[in-house]
Amino acid sequence: MKYILLMNSMRAGSGGLETWSDEAAAAHIAYWTALNTDLAKRGEFVGVEALTGPGQAVEVRADKHGLPVTDGVFPETKEMLAGFWVVDVETPERAYAIAAHASAAPGPEGAPLNMPIEVRQVMTSIRPEDLL
Amino acid sequence: MNEIEQLLRELAPQVLGAVTRRFQDFTAAEDATQEAMIAAAGQWQAAGIPDNPRGWLIQVACRRMADHFRSESARKAREAQAIANRCPPEMETAEDDTLVLMFMCCHPSLTTSSAIALTLRAVAGLTTSQIARAFLVPETTMAQRISRAKQSIKASGVPFSMPPVEERAVQLRSVRHVLYLIFSEAYTSSEGAQLQDVELSREAIRLTRVVHRMLPEDPELAGLLALMLLTDARRTARSGPGGELIPLTKQDRSLWDRDRIAEGVAILTASLTRGSVGAYQLQAAIAALHGEAAGADDTDWPQILALYELLRRMSENPMVRLSHAVAFAMVHGAGKGLELVDALETEGGLKGHHRLAAVRAHLFEMAGDPGEAVRNYRLAASRTASIPERDYLINQAARISGSGGV
Repeated sequence: MKYILLMNSMRAGSGGLETWSDEAAAAHIAYWTALNTDLAKRGEFVGVEALTGPGQAVEVRADKHGLPVTDGVFPETKEMLAGFWVVDVETPERAYAIAAHASAAPGPEGAPLNMPIEVRQVMTSIRPEDLL
Repeated sequence: MNEIEQLLRELAPQVLGAVTRRFQDFTAAEDATQEAMIAAAGQWQAAGIPDNPRGWLIQVACRRMADHFRSESARKAREAQAIANRCPPEMETAEDDTLVLMFMCCHPSLTTSSAIALTLRAVAGLTTSQIARAFLVPETTMAQRISRAKQSIKASGVPFSMPPVEERAVQLRSVRHVLYLIFSEAYTSSEGAQLQDVELSREAIRLTRVVHRMLPEDPELAGLLALMLLTDARRTARSGPGGELIPLTKQDRSLWDRDRIAEGVAILTASLTRGSVGAYQLQAAIAALHGEAAGADDTDWPQILALYELLRRMSENPMVRLSHAVAFAMVHGAGKGLELVDALETEGGLKGHHRLAAVRAHLFEMAGDPGEAVRNYRLAASRTASIPERDYLINQAARISGSGGV
């Protein structure tokens, strides 16, 4: 079954990677590379995307003519989606284990960030056999 | 599937079996066979199928094996080259090679997803890219899964031979389980199916037929094949023009494949004379009773209930108990069925499961309580992870509220 692991932008105040020390940023990036490589090796990797920062996010709505009306840019402190993984695993517990691993990525001081990772099952197009 | 592809899939396990026995290296032989198949698919299209396609494939695979060993060490390369030079096109294939492969690919030490992927490649002869598309994952991911499965087999030191008699029962159970999972995975949406060039249900039936032919005495394998045929017989009737799900009771039975039903019933009947009865046989027997009923109202529910009673004694599976509750309701009334469903809810296992809410909705509707029926259909819709099922449940709720029931 497939799960999406949603990671919010890092906790307010920790700033973007560009504000971290070189060592801390390198350790952080190496952590993601190792995680993704491990997922790929296990045959669980479906996809991963990191998103540009909230500073570049734009909110769009349709006006009465259906044309886009934009709002933004948003302050850095707003909690927003930072990136996501899609994994194909055998059990929900395995998806939680991957999420826990992602959550513990090292922060600016080197200590685990323990970020909240939202785990959601992806809906399938699998059809049950014969419903009553 | 064209003629060449069909031939290649049939020959794949035979070629792999011959090459594995010759070189005693399953991992390398599997890669070599796959490369030979890909070469054949390209060349035969243009030049036509050779007189001895199996021999052709074995020779190409043997040459690939030599290439493989050449890259490993000079000594191994010399040995391999010597063997490859002696690889005659009529290299013997043992009758039970496919069976040995099947046991290997479904070895209980593998995870189910690895076993499924490896079986589809090594025994069914599908390419990694076809398998990846069928499971909607990137090709590299599927390749990794297959390669890990092969590494586990290598590490566990399983020899390329029939498992010893004392292990056979356990291994055979795992073979049946993997075949069953391939079959049930096949129920993907019609949109998805149109995009795929592989129909997993067909592959599952084909493989189960092969294994059944080699082990005709195994009653549960026969039961599994019968169950697949009887379920697959209803395939066309199972969805409407817009791809929507049609439940068993509402299906147009003239669309059911009568030949498949007859074949399933015949295989099941023959298997029932062989002593003890297993869970696949019971499920096939239930499917057969549905298949033989002229209309939904002619269904022999008391007999189906009796079969679910047997199945329930055999299996702790809460889904079996849920189906049993439905059959109980069909015989003894919706109220009695609901009591069983309530008991299932409190005992856990299925607590919060969408199927529990869906069955409850159905039984409330039967009992003439549209309000509770709608509430439970919507609850079930909010919990299912299947889009076609969610749409069906929402439509059920809409049908009842639209008819002024609520």
